[in-house]
Amino acid sequence: MKQMLTIALLLAGSLSAHAKLNVVATLPDLASMARDIGGDKVTVTCLGKPGEDPHYIQPKPSYIVALNKADVLIENGLELEIGWLPALLDQTRNGKIRPGGPGRVVASAGVPVLDLPTGPVDRSQGDVHPGGNPHFLLDPDCGKIVAKTIAAGLKQAAPGDAAAFDDGLAKLLARIESAQAEAGKLLAPFRGAKVVTYHKSFPYFVERYGLVVVGTVEPKPGIPPSPSHLAALGDRMQADGVKVILQEQWHETRTPAVVAKKSGATVVVLPTQTGGDPAATDYPATIKLLAEKVAVALK
Amino acid sequence: MKKLLCSGLAAVLVLLAPVARAQSEDEIRKKVIEDLKPWLEQEVQRRVKDALAGTQTSAPPPAPGTAATPPPVSPSSSTWSLTNPIRLASAGPAYLNLSLVADAVVGGSTESDVESLQGAHHDPNQRGFSVTAAEVVLDGAVDPYFKGLAALTWVLEPSGETAVELEEAWMQTTSLPWNLQARGGLFYADFGRQNSQHPHSWSFVDQAVVLRRFFGADGLRNPGARLSWLAPTPWYTELTLGVFNGSGEAAFSYRGEGTTDIAGGIPAERGLNSMSDLLYVPRLATSFNLTDHQTLLLGASAAFGPNDSGPGANTQIYGLDAYWKWQPERAQRGFPFVSWQTEVLWRRYEAAARIDAADLVTAYPAETLRDWGLYSQVLWGFRPGWIAGLRGEFATGNDRSFASDLRTDRVRVSPNLTFLPTEFSKIRLQYNYDHREQIGDDHTVWLQFEFALGAHAAHKF
Repeated sequence: MKQMLTIALLLAGSLSAHAKLNVVATLPDLASMARDIGGDKVTVTCLGKPGEDPHYIQPKPSYIVALNKADVLIENGLELEIGWLPALLDQTRNGKIRPGGPGRVVASAGVPVLDLPTGPVDRSQGDVHPGGNPHFLLDPDCGKIVAKTIAAGLKQAAPGDAAAFDDGLAKLLARIESAQAEAGKLLAPFRGAKVVTYHKSFPYFVERYGLVVVGTVEPKPGIPPSPSHLAALGDRMQADGVKVILQEQWHETRTPAVVAKKSGATVVVLPTQTGGDPAATDYPATIKLLAEKVAVALK
Repeated sequence: MKKLLCSGLAAVLVLLAPVARAQSEDEIRKKVIEDLKPWLEQEVQRRVKDALAGTQTSAPPPAPGTAATPPPVSPSSSTWSLTNPIRLASAGPAYLNLSLVADAVVGGSTESDVESLQGAHHDPNQRGFSVTAAEVVLDGAVDPYFKGLAALTWVLEPSGETAVELEEAWMQTTSLPWNLQARGGLFYADFGRQNSQHPHSWSFVDQAVVLRRFFGADGLRNPGARLSWLAPTPWYTELTLGVFNGSGEAAFSYRGEGTTDIAGGIPAERGLNSMSDLLYVPRLATSFNLTDHQTLLLGASAAFGPNDSGPGANTQIYGLDAYWKWQPERAQRGFPFVSWQTEVLWRRYEAAARIDAADLVTAYPAETLRDWGLYSQVLWGFRPGWIAGLRGEFATGNDRSFASDLRTDRVRVSPNLTFLPTEFSKIRLQYNYDHREQIGDDHTVWLQFEFALGAHAAHKF
């Protein structure tokens, strides 16, 4: 009798301690949020690295294996991953994470999108994303919407752990909130400050903190700068008194440095994704660190 | 009694669990609401302010005359209008991805019969200008169970005629159980690395010599079916078996009328009478990340099937391939990178006793033709958009009664320089040094132009 009871309890125990949810995220920020929300109920694999351009992530065969085992796939969306993710998904044989599948989470859903093209789009305009600008994670308000989307996706995949995910979400939202408050405080003195960015990656960031982008090093998204464009940009920066060029870690610094020197500005390479700097330990920390770096540069 | 107590305790615990959970849920709900409160208040204030200001999202403080970014548009505004046509070529709301890639080449060679040097269908085929391919690819999700793809190619022949070929047309399962994937239709066989790549994915203007010799002008491509299995190993391992008809021009070393070029004889009628008359192509591929920035992909392939030199004759081709790539984490547009790709192939061609196809008199005995060849290429993406490449090739065959120019010793060395203004355009300059046994040295220079329209095809590793 005692033995049978023990066996029954053991069985019950093994049934309740179900396997962890296998989550794959395309970007470090999304992985960070999934870790915070999922806690010990999930294992998270991130495909993109902090300093890797999300448009050009290498579709390594090892990612096919990771995606094959995934219960949930969190992607940024708005065609940011169009250059590499579809080819991987064709090989994964995993119905859960196919477009429209129960485990597919598109972070851009519900985000108020900027730079939505109003007229026809073609490639003479450079690498324009027809669905709008995909770099919304730089705005903590969008980050909060994304966190809720991720939590909803996790809950759908593992309804039994919904309470834990709600708890994780509440804590994460609070941390993003406080990071945003600090970031807002740091950047408040610089409202209206003019900046130049390398790629058109910062519209959400400048919108949130009231900065103004007067130009980009790339003449059009994804198009390398020409000497005439750089000369015009340098003149513009001098005329407008632009102090900084903001850029992500994967862009070259040689060209911006030349322009910056001409107009007396500084090039600020920002750790825009979680893990891009030792201090960018997770998404809220990255939000705060970004504001710190920009505030220091604008002083 | 003790047992009873134990089970009673367990039952109480089980009954209590939901109560405890409900309590904690309430607490969490309260906490969430409290946590969200400041944000909600702020958001409401912001929206009221925005509504008063007449915009939907808060704009940065207006700086007169310097607003470089267009005002943000809310996603609720209509995305379709008469001036914004329905997008066919996109991964967005579309039933079909449509793309076109066209290649044109200009150049010259010391060999006047350029086709004897550059024998593949998508190689430049004459001095001066060639249009080597205009390829239209249609693909998309068929339904929840299948993906489909069709590739149609137009090639301008030296005669001025336009050759149209159905390059691929297949459907493939998306989520079979047990990590299986099945494909059926017309498609390139998974043999090695380059055979299944379309010409615009090649890193050089022309097809590798050994692939041209073994698989003919169009590569190994046939109607058939394929089953592949992703092994449940922690690293990538995929086992594939393709079964094809093995006839027609694109099954050159098999029942594809290649025997005249390879063994000199008149092609024998070899119909499809049993399972053993089909072409079987197994492949094993595996990949490791050597470091975070270096990946190695290795493969072993084979292709077994009857050939049309005569009754009972078969061909076996074996291949090994390796692809290694280094790319640092902080890469702009995927640059810098260094990659190395090599394939080695062996062919065992059983030539039956046959009559010479040209003079219809000379008889050749039954014999075995053994060939092998390799190519090895290194690419260095030294700055964004710029790639320097070097390819070395060798191919040879044993001496047999018929002297085929597709079996003599040949060495080719090809340095090239590729410039990609964007992902959708390409300019490539290539020099070929050729040495053919008994013919001698030749020098060739090609300048290639390529453009791509339509859907953004995702890159494979």
